[in-house]
Amino acid sequence: MTAAVFFGCAFIAFGPAFALFIFTIARDPLRVIILIAGAFFWLLSLLLSSLVWFIAMKASNTDDAKVQKGLLIFGVMFSVLLQEVFRFAYYRLLRKANEGLSAISDEETSPISVRQMAYVAGLGFGIISGAFSMINILSDSLGPGTVGIFGDSQYYFITSALLTLAITLLQTFWGVVFFEGCEKSRWWVIAVVVCLHLLVSGLSLLNPLYEGCLPPVYVITVLMAVWAFFSYGGSLQNLSQLFSCKRSEVESS
Amino acid sequence: MGPESFKWLQLLVFSFFYTYVNCSSVEKKIYIELTNTVPCVRLLNATHQIGCQSSISGNTGVLHVLETDADLEWILSTGPHPPYMVLMESALFTRPTMMKMKNTSRVAGVAVIHTSTAPDKGFSPHTSCPNQNMGVYREQYGPELANCNQTVWNPLGNDLSYEDFTFPIFSLKDDNQTQIIHKCFEQHNARVNGSAPQYPLCAMQLFSHMHAVTDTVTCMRRTDLQNSFSVNPEKLCDPLGDYNVWASIRPLNDSQKGHKENESVVIAATRLDGRSFFWDIAPSAEGTVSGIVTLLAAAQALYPVTKEAQPPRNIIFTFFQGEAFDYIGSSRMVYDMEKEKFVIDLDNVHSMMEIGQVGLRSGQNLWVHTDPVSRKNTTVDDVVKTLVSSITSVASSLNLTLKEPDTSQALPPSSFQRFLRSRPIPGLVLADHQSSFNNRYYESLYDTAAYMNVNYPPDLTPEQQLEYETEAAKSLSEVATVVARSLYKQAGGDDRYLNNITADTKTVAKLLYGFLIMSNNSWFSSLLPPEALGRGSILESSPPQYYVGLRLDNSVKTITSFVQFILANMTGTVTNLNQSQCQNPKSVPGESKDLYFYTWVSGPVSANGTTEPYCVRAPVRRVKALSPAFDLLDYGSTEYSTWTESRWKTIRARIFLVASPELEMMTLVVGVAVLLVSLLVTYFVSSKAELLFSSTREAPNTTY
Repeated sequence: MTAAVFFGCAFIAFGPAFALFIFTIARDPLRVIILIAGAFFWLLSLLLSSLVWFIAMKASNTDDAKVQKGLLIFGVMFSVLLQEVFRFAYYRLLRKANEGLSAISDEETSPISVRQMAYVAGLGFGIISGAFSMINILSDSLGPGTVGIFGDSQYYFITSALLTLAITLLQTFWGVVFFEGCEKSRWWVIAVVVCLHLLVSGLSLLNPLYEGCLPPVYVITVLMAVWAFFSYGGSLQNLSQLFSCKRSEVESS
Repeated sequence: MGPESFKWLQLLVFSFFYTYVNCSSVEKKIYIELTNTVPCVRLLNATHQIGCQSSISGNTGVLHVLETDADLEWILSTGPHPPYMVLMESALFTRPTMMKMKNTSRVAGVAVIHTSTAPDKGFSPHTSCPNQNMGVYREQYGPELANCNQTVWNPLGNDLSYEDFTFPIFSLKDDNQTQIIHKCFEQHNARVNGSAPQYPLCAMQLFSHMHAVTDTVTCMRRTDLQNSFSVNPEKLCDPLGDYNVWASIRPLNDSQKGHKENESVVIAATRLDGRSFFWDIAPSAEGTVSGIVTLLAAAQALYPVTKEAQPPRNIIFTFFQGEAFDYIGSSRMVYDMEKEKFVIDLDNVHSMMEIGQVGLRSGQNLWVHTDPVSRKNTTVDDVVKTLVSSITSVASSLNLTLKEPDTSQALPPSSFQRFLRSRPIPGLVLADHQSSFNNRYYESLYDTAAYMNVNYPPDLTPEQQLEYETEAAKSLSEVATVVARSLYKQAGGDDRYLNNITADTKTVAKLLYGFLIMSNNSWFSSLLPPEALGRGSILESSPPQYYVGLRLDNSVKTITSFVQFILANMTGTVTNLNQSQCQNPKSVPGESKDLYFYTWVSGPVSANGTTEPYCVRAPVRRVKALSPAFDLLDYGSTEYSTWTESRWKTIRARIFLVASPELEMMTLVVGVAVLLVSLLVTYFVSSKAELLFSSTREAPNTTY
C-alpha cells in the first residue's frame, strides 16, 4: 500500500522477535550460533517439504483447482511433520554439542542449559518461519495498491502480519515445551505439540475467513505461552514474589 | 543409479528451472497490468517542450469515468479524493476539456479510449497553420501571407498536440481490458445516490517519465555533457529524422556531388510522414498515403515511356520524410544541394511539382496551387503559366476538372516552400482542396482508410482484398495519370507519347491495400530482400504507421524501406547477377554502383512455397533526412527544424485498489505500539529472569 503499511506490518510481524533477539540473544555469541543453526534446520525442513510438494504438483499435472487445493493441504501437513522431525533432530544435535561444550568450558557444567537452548532454538525456528511468510508480502506492500481488485479482502497485509507474529511466538513456545518433553521422556508432550502445530497450520488454510483463523490462533498462542512459562521453570509463586518484591521496593523508596 | 532414478533427477532439475518463470503471486492479487496502451510523449524544439510527462514513480489517481458535465465538475472541484485519473471516450477528448484539466492539480492523468467512430464535425490536434514558421512566407517574403493571415489551412486544428501537459495521457483500445477498467470503476468508485464512494477505491497508475526538459538546446547541452564526462553516457533526447528516398529516370552519378553540367531536372515530390497526438501511431491516410500512392503510380506509369522516348530534362521522384515536423527532409535536401553534397544542386532544378493531399476529391475536382510572390518575377511566372496550362490540358483530356485557385492565394504547407526559401523555382502543388484542407482529421488518429473510402466487401480473403479495386483506387489512379503525363510534358517530352502514359489501377489498389490495410501481403513480400522477411520481418498484419520517429543505429523506418523497394521495382531492371555479384557489382563490367542501387529481392512465392530471388538494378537512392540544425550544432535554430523526441525508461499502466489513509495510519500505529510493548515486556522479563525462572540453576538432566 505505502510506506506506512510497510513499516506497520514489519513492526507487527517482527517487533517481538526483534525485541527478544536484542535483549536475550544478541549479547551471547553462543546463543546467536544456536539461533542461526536452528534457523538453518528449519530451512532444510522447508526445502525438503517444498520439494516433495512441488514434485507432487508437477506429477499430478492437472489444472483442477480441487486437486491443487488437496495437494496444498497435503503439502502443508507434510511440512509440519517434517519441521517437527527436524526440531527433534536439532534437539539430538544440541544434546551431543552440550557434552562437548561442558568438556571445553572452565566450569564443570556447560555454559548454557538445555532450557535456554530450547528457547533459542525455538526462537530461531520462529524468526526464519516468520521471515519466509512475511518478506514477500512486505515487499509488495510498498507499492501504491492494496489487495482487493479480484475480490480478496483489503485487510490481507495486516492479517498476514498478525498471523506471522503468532507463528513466531508459537514456534518459540513449542521449542521450549518440545525440548522439555524430550528431556523428561514425556512423549505425549511431543504428540500434543505436533497436533497443535497441525491445528494452527490447518486453521491458516481457512483464510480468507480471517475470523476463523486469527482468534483461535491467538488463543492457542496465549495457552502455549502459559504452558511454556511453566515448562521453563516459572511458577505462580515466583510471579507473586516478583510482584510483592516490586511493591516492597516501591514502598521502601 | 538406475534409469528410473535418473528420470526423477531430470524431473527435479527441470522443475527447478520452471519455477524461475513464475513471479510473485501477491503482486498478481493486487495489480492488473494494462497492455496495449499508447502514451503521449514529450517532444522538444528550439524554444518549447510539448507533449506529456509523468513523475518518475508514475502518476497514481483515483479512477473516474468522464461522461457528463457533472463528472467534470466532480473531477475538477467537488470530488473528495483528488487527484483523479480521468477515463474518457475519444469523443470527449476536446480542447476545452483538456485545457480545464491542464490548469488544475486535481487531475493525475488521462486515459482516452479510442473508438473508431470519428466525431462528425472533425478533429485535428495539429495547429491550424502547419509549419508556420518554417515555410517560405515570413517577414522578408510575402508577409501578408505569413502565419496564415489570408488562408487558414487547417481550420479544425485545436493545437492539442502542441500543448505541454504535466500529467500522462494514454490511449487505450476499446477491448477486454477496457471492460475490466469499467467494471472496476462501477464496483468501487460509482457514486451511490450522489454520495461519495467509500474506500477501497479503484485507482490507475501511469508511467511515462520523460528525461528531457525545457527545449532542445537544454537537452542537447546536457547530452553533450554526459557524452564528454560520463563513463556511461545517457542520452536524454534524440533528433527526429529518417531517410528521404529519391529516384531519377536517367541515372545520376552519385559519387560526383554538386552541380552537374547540362542537367536540367524536374522534381516530383511528396511527403512520407504524418503524426497524431499519441506516440508512434499515425494512420495518415488522406494526409500522406494519398500522395505516396499517387507518386509511386505515376513513377510506374512514366518510367517505361521515358526509356522509349527520353525527354530532354531528367525527372527525380523524391519522397521527403519528417515533413510534419518543420520540413526535416526537404530542408535537409535543400541544404545538401546548397552545400554541394547532393548529386545535383539548385541550379540544376528546372521546376517542381508536389503532390499534396489528393485523396478526398469532391466532384472530380483537382486544384493546382502556385506561389504568388515568386510569380511576380516574369521569368518564373512564364514557366509557371506553361506548367499550369500543360497540366490543365492533360486533365481535361482525361475528363478531370483541374482548376487554379485565386492566384493571390498562398501555397499550402508543402515541401516546395523550402525550395522557394532558397531560390525562386517555378513549381506547383497539386491538391484536392481549394483553400482550407478537405481533410477534417488532419494529423489525427481518425485519418484512416475508412475516411478515404478504402472499403472492401466483407467476404474477401486478404489476397482478394489486395487485388480488389476500390473507388479510391480508381480516383487516385486518375490523379496519378495526370501527374505522370504533366511531368512528361514538364520535362519537355513529346506530346505524341502522352497517351501511352497511364497509371495502372491494379497497382494503385495493391499499394493502397499495403499502405492502409495490411503490409504483410504477397506483393510487398515479393519486393523486399530476404533479410527483411523471415524472423525479424518488417511486414505486419496491421497498417504501417507514418510517424517519423528516430534514427537509432542507422535503422530505417519500415515505410521508407517499402517506398524504396517499391520504387526499385518500378524504375529498375532485373539483372542476371548472382547474390555476391549483386552485393559487389564492381567486379562485373557494365555495372556501376555510382549510377545504380543494386538489391537482392525475394521474388514472388511460387506454388510450392519457394522463392527465386534475383538482383534488381535501380536508380533509387536513400539519403539521410536529419535536420541541418544538428549538423551545424545550432540547436536553437530558427532556420531549420530542431525537433527532438525525449528518451524514457518505462512506459506502462496498471490498475489496482487503494486503501483509505486512515487504515494505513492505523496499521502503522498498531505496528509501532506492538514494537514498543514487546520491547518493554522483553526488557522487563529478561531483567527479572533469575527471579521468574527459579529452576534455571538446576543441573540439566542427562537423558536421551
